[in-house]
Amino acid sequence: MRFDIPKKIFALIFLALTCQAALADELLVSAASSLSNAFKEIGQAYEGKYPKSKVAFNFAASGALVQQIAKGAPVDVFASADQETMDLAEKQGLVAAKTRHDFARNRLVLIVPVKSKLTIKNLSDLAQQGVTRVAIGNPASVPVGRYSKHALDAAKMWAGIESKMIRTQNVRQALDYVARNEVDAGFVYASDAALMPGKVQIAFVVPLVMAIKYPLAQTSNSSNPVAATRFNDFVRSNTGQAILAKFGFQQP
Amino acid sequence: MDFAWASLALSLKVAGCATALNLVLGVAVGFALARLRFPGRDLLDSLLTLPMVMPPTVLGYYLLVLVGRQGWLGQFLHEHFGIQLIFTWQGAVLAATIVAFPLAFKPARAAFEAVDPQHEQAARVLGISEMAIFFRVTLPLAWRGILAGLLLAFARAFGEFGATLMVAGSIPGKTQTLSIAVYEAVQAGQDELANTLVLMTSVICVAVLLLAGKLAPGRIAQRT
Repeated sequence: MRFDIPKKIFALIFLALTCQAALADELLVSAASSLSNAFKEIGQAYEGKYPKSKVAFNFAASGALVQQIAKGAPVDVFASADQETMDLAEKQGLVAAKTRHDFARNRLVLIVPVKSKLTIKNLSDLAQQGVTRVAIGNPASVPVGRYSKHALDAAKMWAGIESKMIRTQNVRQALDYVARNEVDAGFVYASDAALMPGKVQIAFVVPLVMAIKYPLAQTSNSSNPVAATRFNDFVRSNTGQAILAKFGFQQP
Repeated sequence: MDFAWASLALSLKVAGCATALNLVLGVAVGFALARLRFPGRDLLDSLLTLPMVMPPTVLGYYLLVLVGRQGWLGQFLHEHFGIQLIFTWQGAVLAATIVAFPLAFKPARAAFEAVDPQHEQAARVLGISEMAIFFRVTLPLAWRGILAGLLLAFARAFGEFGATLMVAGSIPGKTQTLSIAVYEAVQAGQDELANTLVLMTSVICVAVLLLAGKLAPGRIAQRT
């Protein structure tokens, strides 16, 4: 009888694996943090239109998502907040180049807590003494940090405020720190600022030479390329675009 | 490499400070729980053990809400002492201390409970003051157990990640401890840096565990 226990365990594992196979129309989408609210709603709309499909999301900084995919995460669709990260994924052969499309645009803004008494009208105002902490995505892996660094470099302000920077793991962490009044200002996207109107306010739109365009693409080792294409199309359909617009994104 | 050494130094500093705090707090609380009889003692013990079982993110959130600029404790400290804990290495010490505290006070309590009261009574009969009994009889008899617990607390504080990231952030050279540096390196795809950092962490953790094993209370029993 003793042999029965390993057998049972084996049977259970086998069952668990077959369950996985039964839900074949399941899609895993890795998307930039700034997309979380909009994509969750797009996911619901997608599941409503294709009732047999399931879509699960994995939100993080685009740079972190690429590393997960590179290490073998079973992702079907990747949506990045910048071209650079997608270029990296394409160069490493992680995504199928011909499935890559831009699907949204955004703006970089500097936000301050609603209660803030500081006058911040442009980047050089960040140098004033009253500003002690500025939240910014880590430029090494977070696109919003990279955009912010571009803007600060162009204004020759990066070195001046580097000591005030609180580096965050994704754009939403920067938003949260400003909303909690833990920092004096933060760099986020306009679509993020719009989520917390009662807590943060936009000080100004940060000027950038490049456009903030979001690309999405199918991964090369997607186990469900048909559904991946369908989701990719759905995001760019009128329904998908309407939801993105509702959350403050612009058309590509 | 400089970056790796800076993270290592910071981690050691944070874990060292947290362990020093836990030495005082752990011994005091461990002794109180072992010797004093009061209502709610078991409840207090459970509450103090919570940081060990609670997810670090929950703890980080509590701390953020409590000692943040808008938290009542944070505001109090800032207004009266000019102390800011959020985004400072002291904030990391606070997080590490709380997370590792159960590992310090639990073994201390057990060690104090294991001390034979006859030794203390003998000292009392000889007319030694209660204070002296604690430092010259009880503590020397319990210190191995306490130290073994403290080493585990050090290792836990050294590896603390979740609560620290939420409370202290990740400022290179200021609050970016070794475990946070590993996370950032992996996120940014800097595998070589990650390898170095991971190796450093592993070596230190193994050393601490070996030391803790040597000091484990069982050793005394084996020798006598």
